[in-house]
Amino acid sequence: MLKHSLLRSCVVGLGLLLATSSWGATEEYGYPIKDKYVATVVGTPSEYFADLPKKIPFKTRRVSIFPDREIPDAFFYDSELLYSVALQRKAAPLIFLIAGTGSSHNGGTNYQMARAFYQAGFHVVSLSSPTFTNFVISASRTGVPGHAEHDAEDLYRAMEKIHTLLLEKDDIEITGFNLTGYSLGGFNSAYVAKLDEQRRSFNFDRVLLINPPVSLYNSISLLDRMAENIPGGVDNFNLFFEDLMRGFGEVYKRSSGDVGDNFLYDAYRAMDLQNEELAALIGVAFRLSSASMVFASDVMTNYGYVKPKEMRLTRHTDLQHFNLVVSRLGFTDYYHEYFYPFYRDTENAGNRDDFVRSESLTHIQDYLLSTPKITVMHNENDVILEPGEIDFFREVFGDRAKIYPYGGHCGNMSYRDNVAHMIDTFTR
Amino acid sequence: MIINFLRGALLISVFSMAACSTGPTLEAEGYSEPVFTAERILSEDAETRAASDVYDPWQGMNRRIYNFNYHFDRYIFLPATRGYQNVTPDIAEEGVSNFFDNLRDVNTFLNSVLQLSPKKSAQSLGRVAVNSTVGLLGLIDVATMFGINRPEEDFGQTLGRYGVGPGPFLMVPVVGPSSLRDGIGLIPDTLVNSYLKEEIFGEDGATIASLVDAVSTRSRVKFRYYETGSAFEYETVRWLWTTKRELDVAK
Repeated sequence: MLKHSLLRSCVVGLGLLLATSSWGATEEYGYPIKDKYVATVVGTPSEYFADLPKKIPFKTRRVSIFPDREIPDAFFYDSELLYSVALQRKAAPLIFLIAGTGSSHNGGTNYQMARAFYQAGFHVVSLSSPTFTNFVISASRTGVPGHAEHDAEDLYRAMEKIHTLLLEKDDIEITGFNLTGYSLGGFNSAYVAKLDEQRRSFNFDRVLLINPPVSLYNSISLLDRMAENIPGGVDNFNLFFEDLMRGFGEVYKRSSGDVGDNFLYDAYRAMDLQNEELAALIGVAFRLSSASMVFASDVMTNYGYVKPKEMRLTRHTDLQHFNLVVSRLGFTDYYHEYFYPFYRDTENAGNRDDFVRSESLTHIQDYLLSTPKITVMHNENDVILEPGEIDFFREVFGDRAKIYPYGGHCGNMSYRDNVAHMIDTFTR
Repeated sequence: MIINFLRGALLISVFSMAACSTGPTLEAEGYSEPVFTAERILSEDAETRAASDVYDPWQGMNRRIYNFNYHFDRYIFLPATRGYQNVTPDIAEEGVSNFFDNLRDVNTFLNSVLQLSPKKSAQSLGRVAVNSTVGLLGLIDVATMFGINRPEEDFGQTLGRYGVGPGPFLMVPVVGPSSLRDGIGLIPDTLVNSYLKEEIFGEDGATIASLVDAVSTRSRVKFRYYETGSAFEYETVRWLWTTKRELDVAK
């Protein structure tokens, strides 16, 4: 009996302890997917979406960045930079959005952010990642993307041109400038903010980095390793990708024919994908975007990475041969066999290890540490971070870092709490 | 972003990975060797390559038509859809689109009968019956509100049902990716559709109706030529489309 009541008071005490500790901590985080791979692939189930307007006046536009540039005929359609805008009718602050690796100005994630910021009263200008093919061809000065400082300069140049156009053509009133980006776009945002301190074209009020990598090299290595989870090895890239598409196809066949917001979630459940396959899928998705980026860059500079230097491609050339070759190569192949040698030869980029270290947020941590307008939103279990790298944000940003317990890589960006936090960052 | 990529791929209703064609042999043409060559990178395993093949013997012509479609889209079709959307209230746009979908449901019904599919025949006939009456001549999609699924069957699928293979890949001017089989299938489908429009609007009215139908349909397809960000867009569209049609036939 005594034993029993002792046990009981222990349990009650423990319960109280737990209750107070969870009361002391922040409120329970309600994003439903705890697994890092599933979250990264599936994103946010639609019933957890933030409430956003269905339609906003989100228009695609073009701007010529280098009017005298000779565009290779195979990319004749990419002579101008594509971007999109959603403008308020009244005086309002403006926010620039920068997309993640290989993603476009009007891709799903940027569009979702545009809806949120437009609803919150911002003029929105949405930019593709410097790794997006159209950006590589039309707006990258060197034509070799992935370089922290050059990408920032390219973005800044584009933002200045777009700003000029907005003032001339749209006659809008802008009350201040803000900046955000996710994934590589978050990384880019940090460097753009730093550049702005010298150039002063915008004097950003607030800058939010969403799920950025710490070290580009670490993250691309992780992504390459994920692709190695392809059953049967990377040699099976094409077959794996095809199987996957057939898997999605099977789900599509059984569906009512619509690829809605929950399609991937349903597909994931129906296909019973294992963690290795999910990791492989993430690696493959990144690889597909890197394949296009690398090929566009190779054509632009005539470096001779996969295309022979002397070979001239036209708009009618069959490119499948290069497609197969380049999609078999990883980010790290690009880094070592093209990216680094290119900058070593053209700009005396120092030795390889120093170069790797310079392509990181660590490299500008003094700036990040001392600049209160820059904040970060991240996830404890982001798959593009090495173990322990998340602590960099706690240490450098302190209170300015909002770190969610889960969400994988950008999986929780549409979740209502996250959207509320994004908006709050710029409006409070 | 992965989601976006995959959803994008599926949304365009086009599935990727493309045909093959072995490509130029570098040595024979006197080029200097790039860092990575096919010989170094691709395994000898022929299956690895063959899996992604789409039969495309008319590639030269197809690529030119793809190019033409880009220009047609950019300078004629898309400006027309923007104009249409600017002058038409959203609710009217939906009505117009429902109206033409209802005509297409008639064609789906005919093809479902030809395919001897009782379920799809019943669904499409039910849709036409409900939408043409309660739905005010098809302007309101009451059938979907009632929960009647909308199968889509065309003559290309009907031919596929009876074992006709897709044949060579074919890029159709204005319309987009197709195959020889599906391109031929467009002919009876278009005849049925035109017949219905002529019955409703008369001969001259039918022409205008077809133009409105085309613009309305285009305004609902998100795909933009050369804006996918793939450096291999033609190859990607070719594979995605071919895969999607295989699934449509099996569905």
